[in-house]
Amino acid sequence: MPAISLKLNGRSVTAEVEARTLLVELLRERLGLTGTHVGCDTSQCGACTVHVDGRSVKSCTMLAVEADGREVTTIEGLAAADGTLSPVQAAFREHHGLQCGFCTPGMVMSATELVRRNPGAGEREIREWLEGNLCRCTGYHNIVKAVQAAAQTGRG
Amino acid sequence: MAQDGIGAAMKRKEDLRFLTGKGTYVDDINRPGQAWAAFVRSPHAHARIVAVRTEAARKAPGVVAVLTGADLAADKVGILPAGWLIHSKDGSPMVEPGHPALVADKVRHVGDQVAVVVAETRDQAREAAGLVEVEYQELAAAVTVTQAVAPGAPLVHDQAKANTCYDWHLGDKAATDAAFAKAAKVVTLDLVNNRLIPNAMEPRAAIGEFDRATGDLTLWTTSQNPHLIRLLLAAFTLGVPEHKLRVVAPDVGGGFGSKIFHYAEDFTVLWAARKIGRPVKWTNTRSEAFQSDAHGRDHVTHVELALDKDGKFLGLRERTLANMGAYLSQFAPSVPTYLHSTLLAGCYTTPAIYAEVRAVFTNTVPVDAYRGAGRPEASYLLERIVDVAAREMGIDRVEIRRRNFIQPSQFPYQTPVALQYDSGDYGATLDEALKRSDWAGFEKRRAEARGRGKLRGIGISTYVEACGIAPSAVVGALGGRVGLWESAHVRVHPTGTVTLFTGTHSHGQSHETTFAQLIAEKLGIPFDNVEVVHGDTAKSAFAMGTYGSRSLAVGGSAIVQAVDKIVAKGRKIAAHLLEAGEGDVEFRDGKFTVKGTDRSKSFGEVALTAYIPHNYPAGLEPGLEEGAVYDPKNFTFPAGCHVCEVEVDPDTGTVQVVGFTAVDDVGIVINPMIVEGQVHGGVTQGIGQALLEEALYDDTSGQLLSGSFLGYNMPRAADVPSFRVGTKVTACTHNPLGVKGVGEVGAIGSPPAVINAVCDAIGVRHLDMPATPERVWRALRTARKA
Amino acid sequence: MQNFGFQKPRDLAAAVAAAKKAPEGKYLGGGQSLLPVMKLGLAAPSELIALSGLAELKGVRVEGKELVIGAGTTHAEVAASAEVKKAIPALADLAGHIGDPQVRNRGTLGGSLAHDDPSADYPAAVLALGATVVTDRRRIAADAFFQGMFQTALAPDEVITAVRFPLPEKAAYAKFPHPASKFALVGVFVARGAGGVRVAVTGAGPSVHRSAPLEKALAARFAPEALAGVAVPAGGLQNDPFGSAEYRAHLVAVMARRAVAACG
Ligand SMILES: Cc1cc2nc3c(=O)[nH]c(=O)nc-3n(C[C@H](O)[C@H](O)[C@H](O)COP(=O)(O)OP(=O)(O)OC[C@H]3O[C@@H](n4cnc5c(N)ncnc54)[C@H](O)[C@@H]3O)c2cc1C
Ligand code: FES
Ligand code: FES
Repeated sequence: MPAISLKLNGRSVTAEVEARTLLVELLRERLGLTGTHVGCDTSQCGACTVHVDGRSVKSCTMLAVEADGREVTTIEGLAAADGTLSPVQAAFREHHGLQCGFCTPGMVMSATELVRRNPGAGEREIREWLEGNLCRCTGYHNIVKAVQAAAQTGRG
Repeated sequence: MAQDGIGAAMKRKEDLRFLTGKGTYVDDINRPGQAWAAFVRSPHAHARIVAVRTEAARKAPGVVAVLTGADLAADKVGILPAGWLIHSKDGSPMVEPGHPALVADKVRHVGDQVAVVVAETRDQAREAAGLVEVEYQELAAAVTVTQAVAPGAPLVHDQAKANTCYDWHLGDKAATDAAFAKAAKVVTLDLVNNRLIPNAMEPRAAIGEFDRATGDLTLWTTSQNPHLIRLLLAAFTLGVPEHKLRVVAPDVGGGFGSKIFHYAEDFTVLWAARKIGRPVKWTNTRSEAFQSDAHGRDHVTHVELALDKDGKFLGLRERTLANMGAYLSQFAPSVPTYLHSTLLAGCYTTPAIYAEVRAVFTNTVPVDAYRGAGRPEASYLLERIVDVAAREMGIDRVEIRRRNFIQPSQFPYQTPVALQYDSGDYGATLDEALKRSDWAGFEKRRAEARGRGKLRGIGISTYVEACGIAPSAVVGALGGRVGLWESAHVRVHPTGTVTLFTGTHSHGQSHETTFAQLIAEKLGIPFDNVEVVHGDTAKSAFAMGTYGSRSLAVGGSAIVQAVDKIVAKGRKIAAHLLEAGEGDVEFRDGKFTVKGTDRSKSFGEVALTAYIPHNYPAGLEPGLEEGAVYDPKNFTFPAGCHVCEVEVDPDTGTVQVVGFTAVDDVGIVINPMIVEGQVHGGVTQGIGQALLEEALYDDTSGQLLSGSFLGYNMPRAADVPSFRVGTKVTACTHNPLGVKGVGEVGAIGSPPAVINAVCDAIGVRHLDMPATPERVWRALRTARKA
Repeated sequence: MQNFGFQKPRDLAAAVAAAKKAPEGKYLGGGQSLLPVMKLGLAAPSELIALSGLAELKGVRVEGKELVIGAGTTHAEVAASAEVKKAIPALADLAGHIGDPQVRNRGTLGGSLAHDDPSADYPAAVLALGATVVTDRRRIAADAFFQGMFQTALAPDEVITAVRFPLPEKAAYAKFPHPASKFALVGVFVARGAGGVRVAVTGAGPSVHRSAPLEKALAARFAPEALAGVAVPAGGLQNDPFGSAEYRAHLVAVMARRAVAACG
């Protein structure tokens, strides 16, 4: 089995994985990081979104072996060590951008990339950016508000 | 109002764990020694099972067991029951074929479960499932309701003649016929309420565990009502003693009705776990979810409205074919009947109503309650035909509604279709919605859009719905097989903090926050001192769970009753400590005070005394913990007005919702932030139904064409606008909080508002949902040719 | 998903050598088409040869009258590239509307072309711009590259290394997304350049193709009005519940008009 090493939420991790192991399977099943969710099998819902080298990707559509040597951040790695929520996390709480919480980790990871890359993004840009993240609960209204508020702080 | 009590937009207690990836959903749980289950599902809509060959699967790596419908039949278990009995017009009971968790004789829809494979890993289970060889003899399928009732249609169940489950009616036929006979105008409409797939973002999952030493069984499952699942497992499907079975529904990622029901997989993992003596885990894939989660809606309806010359409604007739799918899911029989036709008065004084509903079996996935359950179908047909009537009589759409509204002075209002509305002010929500949506200024916006080559339209719907279905005795008389009360237990700890055990379940509804606010307000203690426990039959007392927007109206009322008992007992203790008569002690802001004095004891002091009863009233039991059960006196009746504005691209038929205003009367509001969030979500599902979503079956093969997110169009962020949401309050008169329910209003009021807007934009009489670009383009082309 | 062997070669020659040794193997680009197909059990290669380590597939540059984009360039990189925005803004715009941001962060130009989904966006650009597909062994003209639904001129072990786009005078892409998948239900790329006017249509038919009636009308006059009354035949177009052939044919005309209008 291929051995891989990656930086996961700031810590070095090595693991032996089957080639077919998806990044999300490595995270959830091998490393116990169950914050990253699986909501579909056709790469469309975005519940599994994580960052690889600072870019949001669908961890259900990436092989774990392809994360070798990369930096991976999951929802568990977003808040500061002392527990302070990231600006996007805090904005989701402030603006009630989550209900059942299932889409939330993916939403937050996706929005975080937007906010970091495009501070000051407007409503239209935010809605288009969230194309790959489905939420069945919130109707997106408060998610958009939250992302807009976080974008105004200019920090992800 | 306390700062963190009723009416405060408190931030949610749930958020911290969800935002940091610390939620615990069923698939996040793994049990020591667990094996994995994978199901073998039918690829055919209708076929006789000739043989099931399991040898190859049994020999595959990691396989622990392969179980089939024959094993199930041999054990005499696993027949999923229906929870509601409907009687036909002629008094005969509905046809009630059981739903076997694994079928042995014939499959009745694509996705029907035939066998289960249990293996060491998920991949092994799935691979071995592919090795189970099922020999089928294909049969012709009845896919749509229209096909199923046609003469000579293939029978889904031999005992259901003409595929009819029941042929039911409601209302006064003679009075309605008389009303039509004297009408100045009769308007008719044929419409389809499109079939939907709930698609909560968390796929269903379950883990069954059996403890050989104690005989205890535990099921972790994605359920909205763990107690109901336990009852059904104990009494019907598995036949185990209820006290030896624990059902846990931890964090659940949305339900919208689809996680109410007792599904085959819940039963099967538990049954298999007992057989192999190891925990068995199963998680649905999204593709399988499309074929195994109960679908929603799917009505084909003919409706007629009789009016006098001034546009007053005289009578209404409905004839509906309701699709049940291949088997009866638990609440399915009640959805097109008591949750639907009983709402046909809507907000109006229509004096005579007659509804006929025929429930039909087809070779499709079972259909059951989905957000709104029966009421969206009612509001849609009503609000559509009212618009058509306005158009055909040349009366303004708002005016015709006003002319027919039940007036505030008329409450309580007895409708001709069984329900008695307790309160409402339909004019108030209408006025507010018109104001907020700038209805008056619309024509200017329409003209401006025309300049940009867009067709702009506006639509309105004024709806009423019924929540918190009750009382139990009435529900029982109508065929319901369960009680519909709710329980609450309030445990005050010695230091005065509180744990609430509720029988409702929160899977997005924010009970941990709302209920804590409620208790904080009633006991005058800090919000942070209240913890809400739900979702575990080992913790909360038996109760009914969460659906039908009942949690606050019914569950919250039970909490109030329990808290009242706490205060009553606390008053006894305080009176003793304060050496005052019980009647002289009042409880306010967390303090028991002797009236007219400054002598008081805090709630915390009283709690401590209850547990350290050194100086204590004689004869009073120590401790401070109370339970209560609330069985409502009536439904609650949320109502409101939704206004939708759309722009249509005439070249492509694309409809964009450019404005949406919802003003709802959901009774007293505990947390406005949460209430608004519920409306946003419901409205988006309604917009989804009106414009995007449709479960599409091939009507010959019975294959589900929209069987994944590649074919089923879920609303995305760019499909909806920011909403204008407001509330107007008339309190519910018969529950202690005055609350009505907010979970479903968004999905009930919005679809007709959207379609009314589309019809207004393109100038057609009617268009079926979903108003896809091609459908709109075709309608425009036909209109242009005409 | 069935297991498979995995290799990540460091250079192009090693990648091709590995592929030659694994007849049931496949190259892995960004995985945004291949992995979904494998997850649904519709493909089960014995070996995946990752292209992500190949420097030869990287880079965006203008060489003379051509824009050259490495096959390993992601959709997001193309969308954000100052070079592309300047040389062929329509291409940056097209790349920025493929799928969603997460797909764009992984999916590559080479993967999209090799996969040749009949509803994919890039093939329309490659065909309309008359681009040349460069592989480890040859150069293939766009007109010869696309050969039908999921069919290209590539040999099984052939790697796309880059695409050379001749700089057009004018070019634009108009896409009508599939309601659920958001691929192109109909996408029309129009370009006017040294080779005259070329119009490529994706989504509507069983594969990306040029539209003779539209090209003829636009060759006469390159303006939206020139398309008024031009009928696009529905025969041979896709006909399914998400769009009838008739509707798709209509959309081809509408999208063509919009693309021409966007050319300014
Ligand atoms: C949710 C979702 C939405 C999408 N929406 C769109 C859309 O709107 N429009 C659109 O056009 N596409 C869309 N796509 C597809 C996407 O653009 C893919 O990225 C692209 O089609 C494949 O590129 P890849 O690098 O990911 O290739 P892979 O998936 O890695 O490979 C695809 C195929 O190409 C082969 N291959 C890869 N690279 C090379 C190479 N350099 N040389 C030779 N062969 C190679 C592989 O062997 C495989 O057969 C979507 C995908 C998803 C998951
Ligand atoms: S799980 Fe749905 S996109 Fe990854
Ligand atoms: S919060 Fe439930 S799916 Fe988004």
